[in-house]
Amino acid sequence: MIDKRVADAAASIEDLEDGATLMISGFGGAGAPVNMMRAIEASSARDLRVVINSLRFLEGQAPALFEDRRVAHVVCSAFRGRGKEPSLYERQWQAGELEIELAPQGSFAERIRAGGAGIPAFFSPTAADLALSAGKEVREFDGRPAVLETALTADFAFLRADVADRMGNLKFHGSQANFGPAMATASKIAVAEVRRFSEELLPPEDIHLAGVYVDRIVLAPETGEIRG
Amino acid sequence: MVEPLSRDGMAWRAAQDLEEGMVVNLGLGMPVLASSYAPAGREVIYQSENGLVGVGPEASSNVADPDLVDAGSRRVTLAPGGSIVDSAAAFSMIRGGHIDVTLLGGFEVAANGDLANWDMQVPNKGQLVGGAMDLAYGAGEVRVIMQHVTKAGEPRLLNACRLPLTAPACVARVYTDLAVVDVTGEGFVVREMLAGLSQADLQAKTEAPLAFASDLKSLEAPPL
Repeated sequence: MIDKRVADAAASIEDLEDGATLMISGFGGAGAPVNMMRAIEASSARDLRVVINSLRFLEGQAPALFEDRRVAHVVCSAFRGRGKEPSLYERQWQAGELEIELAPQGSFAERIRAGGAGIPAFFSPTAADLALSAGKEVREFDGRPAVLETALTADFAFLRADVADRMGNLKFHGSQANFGPAMATASKIAVAEVRRFSEELLPPEDIHLAGVYVDRIVLAPETGEIRG
Repeated sequence: MVEPLSRDGMAWRAAQDLEEGMVVNLGLGMPVLASSYAPAGREVIYQSENGLVGVGPEASSNVADPDLVDAGSRRVTLAPGGSIVDSAAAFSMIRGGHIDVTLLGGFEVAANGDLANWDMQVPNKGQLVGGAMDLAYGAGEVRVIMQHVTKAGEPRLLNACRLPLTAPACVARVYTDLAVVDVTGEGFVVREMLAGLSQADLQAKTEAPLAFASDLKSLEAPPL
């Protein structure tokens, strides 16, 4: 019988290796897999490549990843730290120790969606004629420039949902979904932390993300304070 | 001279131009205030880049849900008839031409409609692009709410933007604390301006040349 539950957050990333690419969901705290971020911090994995919309949420939950220089590369749509003083990762970026690729949020989301949908690249008008797209192929469609954006995939995706069943079917609450569904499809192993586990299989109309995309379920009723 | 419009006053003025049935995306800061000021009885659907379609008023503390937030991470409610999609679908909605109007904040707008609103080039601080570019490229119409001049008194309505662009030639209308200004093929045209302000006063606070509409109206907002 299929049962995707694992003992705890640490057990869900036992096979996380150095150099892995991680996708981490969350927007404004909603859907942020905070327990998984803490578990990644508590692991020994380093040289990590991270795909996350707003980097300060990773620093907020898992500061040791930056203190110990375990993040090598980031793709995001925002990496402004809180406050006026530069944060640790802003200093590392300034010093050239941390590579950060900035993407318009829609291109960021679509690159992940493409990665999960078997589309290696696509053309988008967003930022096609701006410096942000320098070095990328630009073509004109219907008289309008569009830039070639490449798909993003990952070894692991981490997301938070409200309820899961044993097959990995997920139900989100409020705006928790955000990048989670696309990230789950674009990763080899998708780990969902959830507030509640349903012993009964969820009814189909309550399933927001099909369990075929979800590999591991971690029960994590509480998030605690989300720093971001 | 009449007082310049407050932040809420500017948002109120922008909201008066939102029409029944429009799908509208509101940017961070002053734009999100506009959702409180659309005329009563006018049904406007507010979309948020994180997937909300039909954003309602900001949540009061007793119903605030940390898992129901808008693009500015404010805890909000969902309006009746509202729904929620994921981020990829939210940006398909934006890029795919399903947003009638986006109201955005701005740092600079040029006379050809170029918009700079994402990178203030703060030294030693990281960048934040978010959804601004997708909105500026994808929305049916881009309208900007911003102070007429910077805190240092420098003009924001320019011949050419100095800061990195969000999108070229995208802005249709600018609401400032002093005026409502349209971007036309011939540059800026002032539609409304604060009573008591002279055309020369307004031009002195604006780098690009201003034309004034033949039916120039007075810019007003109620006490809010």
